[in-house]
Amino acid sequence: MNKSICLCFQVHQPYRLRTYRFFDIGKRHFYYDEYNNRTVIQRVSERCYLPMNELVMDMIARYGDKVKFAFSFSGSVVEQLDLYAPSTLDSFKNILKSGNVELLAETYGHSLASLANKDAFKKEVLAHKRLMRDVFGMTPKTFHNTELIYSNDIGADVADMGFDLIFTEGAKHVLGWRSPNYMYFNAKNPKLKVLLRNDRLSDDIALNFTSSPITAQDYALKIKAFPETEEIVNIFVNYETFGECYAAETGIFDFMRYLPQAVFDNTDCNFIMPHQAVKLMQPMGVFDAPIPLSCCDEERDLSPWIGNSMQDDAFNTLYDCYNMVKRIKNEEIIRDWHALQDAGVFRNMCTKFDDNTPYDTYINFMNILTDFKLRLESEIHSMKAKKIVAQ
Amino acid sequence: MKVLMFGWEFPPHITGGLGTACYGMTKGLAKNGVEVLFVVPKAFGDEDQSSVRLLNASDVTVNLDNETDRRYWDRVHYMEVGSNIIPYVGPEEYASMVTDYRATDHFKSSVFAPRYEFSGKYGANLMEEVARYALIGSSLATKYDFDIIHAHDWLTYSAGIAAKETTGKPLVVHMHATEFDRSGENINTDVYAIERRGMEMADLVITVSNLTRNIVIEKYGINPDKVITVHNAVEPNSKSLSEYDKSGLNAKIVTFLGRITYQKGPEYFVEAAYKIIQQTSDVHFVMAGTGDLLKKMIRRVSQLKIGSRFHFTGFLKGQDVDRMFAMTDVFVMPSISEPFGIVPLEAMRLNVPVVISKQSGVSEVLKHALKVDFWDINGLADCIYGLCNYKAISELFKKEGKDEVDTLRWEAASKKIIEVYNLALSK
Repeated sequence: MNKSICLCFQVHQPYRLRTYRFFDIGKRHFYYDEYNNRTVIQRVSERCYLPMNELVMDMIARYGDKVKFAFSFSGSVVEQLDLYAPSTLDSFKNILKSGNVELLAETYGHSLASLANKDAFKKEVLAHKRLMRDVFGMTPKTFHNTELIYSNDIGADVADMGFDLIFTEGAKHVLGWRSPNYMYFNAKNPKLKVLLRNDRLSDDIALNFTSSPITAQDYALKIKAFPETEEIVNIFVNYETFGECYAAETGIFDFMRYLPQAVFDNTDCNFIMPHQAVKLMQPMGVFDAPIPLSCCDEERDLSPWIGNSMQDDAFNTLYDCYNMVKRIKNEEIIRDWHALQDAGVFRNMCTKFDDNTPYDTYINFMNILTDFKLRLESEIHSMKAKKIVAQ
Repeated sequence: MKVLMFGWEFPPHITGGLGTACYGMTKGLAKNGVEVLFVVPKAFGDEDQSSVRLLNASDVTVNLDNETDRRYWDRVHYMEVGSNIIPYVGPEEYASMVTDYRATDHFKSSVFAPRYEFSGKYGANLMEEVARYALIGSSLATKYDFDIIHAHDWLTYSAGIAAKETTGKPLVVHMHATEFDRSGENINTDVYAIERRGMEMADLVITVSNLTRNIVIEKYGINPDKVITVHNAVEPNSKSLSEYDKSGLNAKIVTFLGRITYQKGPEYFVEAAYKIIQQTSDVHFVMAGTGDLLKKMIRRVSQLKIGSRFHFTGFLKGQDVDRMFAMTDVFVMPSISEPFGIVPLEAMRLNVPVVISKQSGVSEVLKHALKVDFWDINGLADCIYGLCNYKAISELFKKEGKDEVDTLRWEAASKKIIEVYNLALSK
């Protein structure tokens, strides 16, 4: 059987939070750095989204059915594109109309809800599903969690939500001697199939493109070098890799432009969309991950987001809010709820990196959560009051 | 009478209580007819600045309380001299700040980043800066006419001594804090030596409390007859409480405001907060300020999982300090060692009941304040809880405290300082 290649792109921009002072608590409920958010969205649109979308459309026009892609959009990026760069959103809609693209499901706010509680997780996923239907007119069938975080339990929760395929990291400490280039199944619910990111090939593009540049031809030869029997190579990268992380001058766009041709010339692989795998192949075995894993850092664990006392306090405080949030219908509050869950804020509280300010982030975020809780309480209070009046 | 005064900070550029005290003191002196020539070191970003810049006080963006005060300010000349002396920083910390600065080119931008800029022109050694400041002191002393020299804290003592040696005018040194207050028993001996020499060379020594007077006599061996206590005071507030906005939190707010350093005992505040948060649902805590223990405090708060009810504001200055007090229900100063401690007076000025440690100089003068030992976390928690929950006592403290603090005026304290001047002149 010919090997299949799955090319998946994650499109996400968080809502960046403004400096929210103690004096603002209970008075100002706008949490975002609007200027920064607008600037970033517009810059990334110009450098990455628009040129890369054009490239994807070119490839589709040139190779027709032979090229396939998958895209995953967070709710946060879709909202912000709608606000600050609507023409870019239209350009994404065009790509999705082509029929060569699968739309993936994820959490609405690029959140860690899967680690907190099942209901909060489900709320995130359903909200995202609705948004995808409203904006793109498509209902995703394949799920991928924030930063590819996965465990047997998370997989089982995802299966309960009606998905039959999930994307996660081909983490070495779970795979052992086995190859990521097969389809597997979940350890608790075998109905859920699992596709694994090939970290080496993905990192060749997303992580090492400038430190050890590679040509499309060499890349195709690397794929060819995999054992014949292996079935699927999953490349999962952030869309912002193209043009934003690596500027056009690095040749990253040219690499992508020639990749399909190089694959067709050098290998007998074909491109597929992830969900096609469910029909095309049989799972090779169980992917048993009792402890959550992720696609980040050398450790491939949760340490970038939770584990230190600041992250844990913030995480628990945030998800303690869920008991109130679940009773509330107020759209503004729900919108904030999604935005505040972004995993990035927890990463900024991590003390193992040099490029962030963990203490400032923690203080700022806790101030925001204090205000958010006040709003939840007063909303619930007024809901009760209305109920009494209605009676 | 005309005074040449060496300080190291002056509003609005302040990091601690000394600047506020100098401001009130010069104002009080001016009101009593004394002319002040105030010299302050300042780290210039620009190397082309001449070493001495003469400024009239009205050029400084000091918030002049009202028009009538303006005429007193004509008696105050304010000077900034190019120097890298930084308030509240010891020699070791200074060296590491300079190293950090040179390594990164500039401080990381952060809410808590210090505002200082190094020009790179001067040495990395604080002691060299002190010596440079002394040189400026002696050159200034020859240029201006005055009757007496007044130097605040050790960084300026060398300048004061130099001025005395060039002119023969009497020197008064003012101990706002001793090295023992700043570093515990683990003192920097160079700093200690400068403090001691300053006091030995001085004609008279002013201490801000009897607590400090005892330290000066016992640990520095200064002749008790030479040491006079003049308690600090506070300026009355120009704005009334109702002009500030209320907190958006529907809860009692307990505040710590000061440098977050060993001397101020911030950890006792955190531990007491934890006890109260377990007992109540409507009390929030605020730690305002910055310092070398800030990160440790943040970590502790997150470990105790009280981050949603314990807030950090970073360094507050100017109007934000009073805004903070106006939102505060209880102010706490758990200092391990506090020569005086002016902040509780500022809180009381805005009708805030205060809890202070018995190890603070201000506890010698205040009647309407709850006093506990700094280490007594349970006692501290009791006081806070009582002031939050029992209206009778908090109302009493609000009113009586305000009345009391309104009597502690710089005008009166300055009269005592003038008496010290006269005594020094008559020696």
